[in-house]
Amino acid sequence: MADVPSDAPEHCPGTSSDQAGKTSACQGCPNQNTCASGAVKAPDPAIEEIRLKMTSVKHKILVLSGKGGVGKSTFSAHLSHALASDDSTEVALLDVDICGPSIPKMMGLEGEQVHQSGSGWSPVYVEDNLAVMSIGFLLSSPDDAVIWRGPKKNGMIKQFLRDVDWGEVDYLIVDTPPGTSDEHLSIVQYLSSAGIDGAVIITTPQEVSLQDVRKEIRFCEKVKLPIIGVIENMSGFVCPKCKNTSQIFPPTTGGAQRMCEELNLPLLGRVPLDPRIGKSCDEGKSFLTEVPDSPAAMAYQSIIRKIKDYCSHSSIKGSVTVDLE
Amino acid sequence: MDTSERGSLDQVKHVVLVLSGKGGVGKSTITTELALAFRHSGRKVGILDVDLCGPSIPRMLRVGKPEVHQCDAGWVPVYADPQQQLALMSIGFLMEDPDEAVVWRGPKKSALIGQFVSDVAWGELDVLLVDTPPGTSDEHLSVLENLRKHKVDGAVLVTTPQAVSTGDVRREITFCKKTDVKILGIVENMSGFVCPHCSECSNIFSKGGGEELAKLTGSVFLGSVPLDPLLTASLEEGRDFLQAFPESSTYTAISDIAKTLLSNLES
Ligand SMILES: Nc1ncnc2c1ncn2[C@@H]1O[C@H](COP(=O)(O)OP(=O)(O)O)[C@@H](O)[C@H]1O
Ligand SMILES: Nc1ncnc2c1ncn2[C@@H]1O[C@H](COP(=O)(O)OP(=O)(O)O)[C@@H](O)[C@H]1O
Ligand code: SF4
Ligand SMILES: [Mg+2]
Ligand SMILES: [Mg+2]
Ligand SMILES: [Zn+2]
Repeated sequence: MADVPSDAPEHCPGTSSDQAGKTSACQGCPNQNTCASGAVKAPDPAIEEIRLKMTSVKHKILVLSGKGGVGKSTFSAHLSHALASDDSTEVALLDVDICGPSIPKMMGLEGEQVHQSGSGWSPVYVEDNLAVMSIGFLLSSPDDAVIWRGPKKNGMIKQFLRDVDWGEVDYLIVDTPPGTSDEHLSIVQYLSSAGIDGAVIITTPQEVSLQDVRKEIRFCEKVKLPIIGVIENMSGFVCPKCKNTSQIFPPTTGGAQRMCEELNLPLLGRVPLDPRIGKSCDEGKSFLTEVPDSPAAMAYQSIIRKIKDYCSHSSIKGSVTVDLE
Repeated sequence: MDTSERGSLDQVKHVVLVLSGKGGVGKSTITTELALAFRHSGRKVGILDVDLCGPSIPRMLRVGKPEVHQCDAGWVPVYADPQQQLALMSIGFLMEDPDEAVVWRGPKKSALIGQFVSDVAWGELDVLLVDTPPGTSDEHLSVLENLRKHKVDGAVLVTTPQAVSTGDVRREITFCKKTDVKILGIVENMSGFVCPHCSECSNIFSKGGGEELAKLTGSVFLGSVPLDPLLTASLEEGRDFLQAFPESSTYTAISDIAKTLLSNLES
């Protein structure tokens, strides 16, 4: 049974929720008896199916941040490009930002559609060794809004993991929306037996962003998701004319560095503001090949080396247990 | 009195949502500055913060974490000023530990939003601004569903200039159309940065995307707000930017937007 059966009312809490069959929305739903009996609440069989599917995927990395607009998608895109620059490395990039997918545009794949193959959905390929999946490929126009409540988003994420024909993959990079809600719980839950190497946390230097990022770190602790490290993005801007640095998003509480010291987390690096990053994203190109010698590109490369290093030492076990609801 | 009669929004003249498909574009910033601008022009203002996973309003107005009290008519909002002209409600006020993550799935979020809409004793307000999280999901649907019983004047859409952001805002426009929410106008935020050392203007997040989007979709363009480190700093410290920097071009930009919006609402 799907999370939200097609005959369920709009406010269906999802058949695998604790509230299944018990909410006011369930009154009059044809599935109420089954749901209330708890029959569908048993561990979602998809978790096991996903574990099997993921045996061909070596490393899984989540890119997270409590705050929006800090550069999660930009980093996910560039991490994927950088990893795939080695022809022998197979990379998959999965976008689970269901309401605000940026990956198709950033990877230069806007307007692409997924194809159904014998073994499931085929992802869209940027290069032979770089596969991408996003809800953006399932929409008919860039104006299409995905006006979905949580359970439906969860169903989509399950499909992305279970039904996409990823093939042999060295790195699966997962770009996420901001927050600590349905998408985050679902991706962690569905990958719980398959195992996740860890999460990369993105923030910007100011407290308004850090205060949300601390919540995301709490979330990782709660669901026992290891943290690879923190990246401070948009960290200072060097004026192209006079070369002076301005702190546009000032680190009024010590920035990511202080937070990492307090929470005992590695700071992977700082990436400055560079208008050419936004431009590359808008044009669907890799900033790393557009302006390889810029300080921002070098910062990205050094961070990516640390992540590769982490993964080469990590031995993931499918041990994450999630019992939050 | 039954709950519907307690109608906490009965004495609220105008309700405006601040929306954007994209995160970090300045929804909370614009909400805060609009509220301060309206208050400076003598209006009584409320802010309802429905960003449950990332509430920014308490910090941006430096109200800390006061106790939320209960009265006969419901929850008493928190006031940002001694004159009680700026009333706030946010999940930030209800949490013991500010770093605690609200790890809630949709239905639980919807339930709290329902309470926020029906159980806060706003009293008399000229304008209630609703600050939202990014996206088009539970929070948005729930707040609209609950506000429907009253009246929603419409939505202000905030975007930054680059295509990655306007793309998300295009989806938000579709959301507004599908849910019958009037678009009161589009604000382009973080548009251009003037170097404080040499006055060179850098378009860090590109330029003009918001205005273009307004044209493309036949929406009102309310104006653009530059990237201004003094604005970030003011919000970090919960200082009233409009009071502190009345000479800046950012001040002019924000007050013009506020004036246009207010006169459109009150006409
Ligand atoms: N270091 C940077 N310098 C300049 N622009 C950046 C930088 N990092 C990200 N951006 C731009 O900022 C915007 C927000 O980034 P995005 O990756 O979409 O954030 P998120 O996925 O966290 O919402 C995008 O337009 C992106 O191109
Ligand atoms: N025009 C601006 N100039 C400088 N900083 C800004 C500007 N607008 C917003 N900011 C800063 O950018 C960050 C993100 O803004 P915020 O209002 O929190 O976005 P949202 O609510 O859309 O997620 C905040 O730290 C805010 O202070
Ligand atoms: S009974 Fe409730 S949980 Fe089950 S399908 Fe119907 S609405 Fe969903
Ligand atoms: Mg993103
Ligand atoms: Mg906000
Ligand atoms: Zn300069």
